[in-house]
Amino acid sequence: MNALSMLDRKLVRDLVRLWAQSLAVALVMACGVMTLILALGATRALEDTRAAFYDRTRFGHVFATAIRAPESLGTKIAAIDGVAAVATRIVHPVIIDIDGMAEPATGQLISIPDHGEAAVNRLYLRSGRLPEPGRPDEVTVIEAFAEAHGFRSGDSFAALINGRKRQLRITGVTLSPEHVYAIGPGDIVPDQKRYGVVHMRRTTLDGAYDMQSAFNSVSLTLSRHANKKQVMARLDAILKPYGGVAAHDRSDHPSDAFLDAELVQLKAMAQVIPPIFLFISAFLVNMILSRLIALEREQIGLLKAVGYSNSGIAWHYAKLTLVISVAGVIIGAVAGTRLGHGMASLYSEFFSFPFLVFSQRPDLYVIATLVTFAAALAGAANAIRGAVRLPPAVAMRPPAPTRYRSLFGGADSGFRPLFSHLTVMALRHLVRWPVRTALTTLGTALPVALLITSLFAFDSIDSMIDTVWFRADRQDATLTFAASQSEDAIRSVAHLPGVIAAEPFRAEAATLRHGHLSRQVQIIGTDPHTDISRVLDRDFRPVRLPPNGLLLSERLASHLDLRPGDAVEVELRNGQERRVLVPLVGVTNSYIGLNANMSRGALDRLSGQAARISGARVIIDDNRTEDLYDAVKQTPAIASVALQGVSREKFRAMIEENIGISVTVYVSLAIIITVGVIYNSARIQLSERARELASLRVFGFTNGEVSRVLLTELGVMVVLAQPLGWLIGRGFSELVATGFESDLFRIPLVITPPTYALSSLVVLGAALVSALIVRRRIDRLDLIRVLKTRD
Amino acid sequence: MKQDTDTPGPMFEVSGLTKIYRTGEVEVRALNGVDLKLEAGEMAVLLGPSGSGKSTLLNIIGGLDRPTAGSVKFRGQELADANDRELTAYRRNHVGFVFQFYNLIPSLTAWENVALITEVSANPMTPDDALALVGLESRMHHFPAQLSGGEQQRVAIARAIAKRPEVLLCDEPTGALDSATGIIVLEALARANEETGATTAIITHNAGIRKIAHRVFSFLDGRIAACDINPVRVKPSEVSW
Ligand SMILES: Nc1ncnc2c1ncn2[C@@H]1O[C@H](COP(=O)(O)OP(=O)(O)O)[C@@H](O)[C@H]1O
Ligand SMILES: [Mg+2]
Repeated sequence: MNALSMLDRKLVRDLVRLWAQSLAVALVMACGVMTLILALGATRALEDTRAAFYDRTRFGHVFATAIRAPESLGTKIAAIDGVAAVATRIVHPVIIDIDGMAEPATGQLISIPDHGEAAVNRLYLRSGRLPEPGRPDEVTVIEAFAEAHGFRSGDSFAALINGRKRQLRITGVTLSPEHVYAIGPGDIVPDQKRYGVVHMRRTTLDGAYDMQSAFNSVSLTLSRHANKKQVMARLDAILKPYGGVAAHDRSDHPSDAFLDAELVQLKAMAQVIPPIFLFISAFLVNMILSRLIALEREQIGLLKAVGYSNSGIAWHYAKLTLVISVAGVIIGAVAGTRLGHGMASLYSEFFSFPFLVFSQRPDLYVIATLVTFAAALAGAANAIRGAVRLPPAVAMRPPAPTRYRSLFGGADSGFRPLFSHLTVMALRHLVRWPVRTALTTLGTALPVALLITSLFAFDSIDSMIDTVWFRADRQDATLTFAASQSEDAIRSVAHLPGVIAAEPFRAEAATLRHGHLSRQVQIIGTDPHTDISRVLDRDFRPVRLPPNGLLLSERLASHLDLRPGDAVEVELRNGQERRVLVPLVGVTNSYIGLNANMSRGALDRLSGQAARISGARVIIDDNRTEDLYDAVKQTPAIASVALQGVSREKFRAMIEENIGISVTVYVSLAIIITVGVIYNSARIQLSERARELASLRVFGFTNGEVSRVLLTELGVMVVLAQPLGWLIGRGFSELVATGFESDLFRIPLVITPPTYALSSLVVLGAALVSALIVRRRIDRLDLIRVLKTRD
Repeated sequence: MKQDTDTPGPMFEVSGLTKIYRTGEVEVRALNGVDLKLEAGEMAVLLGPSGSGKSTLLNIIGGLDRPTAGSVKFRGQELADANDRELTAYRRNHVGFVFQFYNLIPSLTAWENVALITEVSANPMTPDDALALVGLESRMHHFPAQLSGGEQQRVAIARAIAKRPEVLLCDEPTGALDSATGIIVLEALARANEETGATTAIITHNAGIRKIAHRVFSFLDGRIAACDINPVRVKPSEVSW
């Protein structure tokens, strides 16, 4: 027992002596623990909260719309096998006019039953009360919208309801499972000010839209064992005669889909980032322990000779590893928990939940601890095995001298004008331990890759902004009519104040089918020669729409397994049930949504009806935007307006806000890895070569010259790490970009030279500083001591 | 530090040299007022029991360490108050070292170990000549790990003399070698002393070696207890070990 405590004393002294190296490793581990706790904790927070909220509010499983369906269908739908509850309702887009805000806000009016709570998609009342059934001016609004405008119960605002401007009074503020992530039509980022969800009693809306005993929206929950596909097919069949647009499930519900996208991203983070840190800490533990055991070779021999067991010695070194890991876990857990709370509050800005708690359940910490210990011990295993395998007699002899080899069959010394002998020393040392050299290079490449993977998003988003807003959708606003209009309407739009140019479009909901594959989309018909809003081909060139045929975005074409030249069956959902084969004439590029485009003439012919337009895209005179906003608020025919110009600015602002935070976080992480790797490798090199380097000093080489040996060796690895890091970074970025891809949006893989350069500069800088810290030790080499002893 | 090679007078003039090592409370007087002169071209052997201060003196003469008190003059230039940069330049330009454990660079071949030094010297011999002088022409391209101890020590001697130093300082050069190998190494040293005219100081605790020197300094407790002049020098091969 006493003897063991001697070993423990040695352990403490080793740790004190190696504190800087141990701390560097512990910090790398801490990053692994922190990112793991953050990612898993946030994933859980979102998943648990979402599940609880959906459950409590009975969020629908299936959603469908119709133009006007008789209320009696409700019973029929409820009778579908597998349906647990049904809520029929009225949903209408609305233009909201708020005092003091020039831009018109758009919103949705959604009915709630006259009495009691909805069977599906219940509201969560934050404050106030629900509207009284008899009071048509009473409404509730969602919290994000209320907060953006500072609304409280009792406040009022105006809305253009079915052509009539009405003053509405807020009785309560709500949360809704359908609007956890509330994003307006045509927007890429939520704009809480400009998008309001307003709930009113059913009777009020019935009256406003002349929908007595009819509904235009239905959502339902399913029983546990329901066959969702069958339910949706039945629902479609029931609603079809009433202009039913195909049913969709939660995955196509924008709010839930955005939540899912965030979860996918978090899970990707949990899978990619912590393993990088754990791998590097395993490697560093291996490096430190191998060196320690090499230095203590003779002590190990002695311990064995006097009767210490192999397991006792193994446990001694394992303990050293575990002590470092414990430090890493503690630092990481504290940092992860703190950042987790920060992240949860960031999320509660984006997602409207009644509560959002960062998960701190103990198992999270247990997982993080176990994973970290496992990685550290895996790194230590090889070194410890070496110590255990040493027979005592061999251990007590000095190790055989290191054998070096000439590089390139001796050609290295032939390049003397190129390589001084000091450089040759550095290079041969690198080649002597190829695995370590490779791993150190990889360890330095990974922070470069990590930075690229985190920074590329900004390049990609920049490129996406450029494509979406400066090449494709160049309009300042999109006006959508309440009901389709004749072509003449475009002239009225063009005459609205402030409108410089206007292009009409026709939008038709359609089902596309190819073989057994099918998709619900909106086909957008525009004039072939549009200039404001353009369709881009795969090389981002504007396409002139052909007189016939359909253009699909890449992702949609691949969903339907279609290639240009194939015929696709199109059924417009306008109640005519006509199926027409249309050729796919081209594939287009699009980052947002699944797009189907045709020339307007072709779409008119396809519809079998007269030429109609659904809305217009307009360019606005900057000086007269307010006039236009006023006009829009007064024009009953305009049901909604998407302000791309405002979106663009909002989006930029959000990106700029995020870029600061993410750059800080990832740069810090990259610096910690780089310092961990380079500081440790420099220390170990110095330890291995102290004698050699001191000899050089004795022979009259200056500190500068001697340092060159060390710095050359590190420099070669750090420089080699750059292109490797770029490659790995590109690979990771590709994974991330692919992981992001959904039917809602995708981001292109764009990595600009400044991103590569910045990533490398950060790592080169951190490497240089770490190397210089170690370099100072060369000045303090004890020249006399190294001469007296053998290695 | 610039010297005029033709300056007459001793190569080294050491007076009142004292070195005190302090480790916490303990004080060790490694050198306790040493006076000594070494002439140009002479071969001196420093004898004495372990801990008597030989290495300390050699390190100070070689510019690796500074005395606590006293003066060391190399050709009239004071080394005791030279700074690190000056001492580095002094070692680089004027001193050749040979140590008990050779201190070769393991990642460089024999030839390269020598060339490492000649590359930065003003008036060196070629590495090939230096290696030939110690009889190692045939092993020039071997790495240290491929050479025996005696061969490694001869490479170290070739490396020390290749820059034609004024001073050659050897701290127990045969300490790690058997007698036959030791003799070969001593022969190489004697030859180097003759051919380059370097003032040579050899530390040993093998009293037999004393006979190869011009003068023998005997150390005891940080002082020079005796200085003997050999009327007749013997060849290393005739030394009884
Ligand atoms: N760096 C040091 N710190 C403390 N004491 C030292 C140091 N170097 C040498 N000494 C002491 O100085 C004395 C002389 O040492 P040294 O010159 O190496 O002896 P020698 O070479 O004659 O065997 C010894 O007592 C030794 O312990
Ligand atoms: Mg000694």
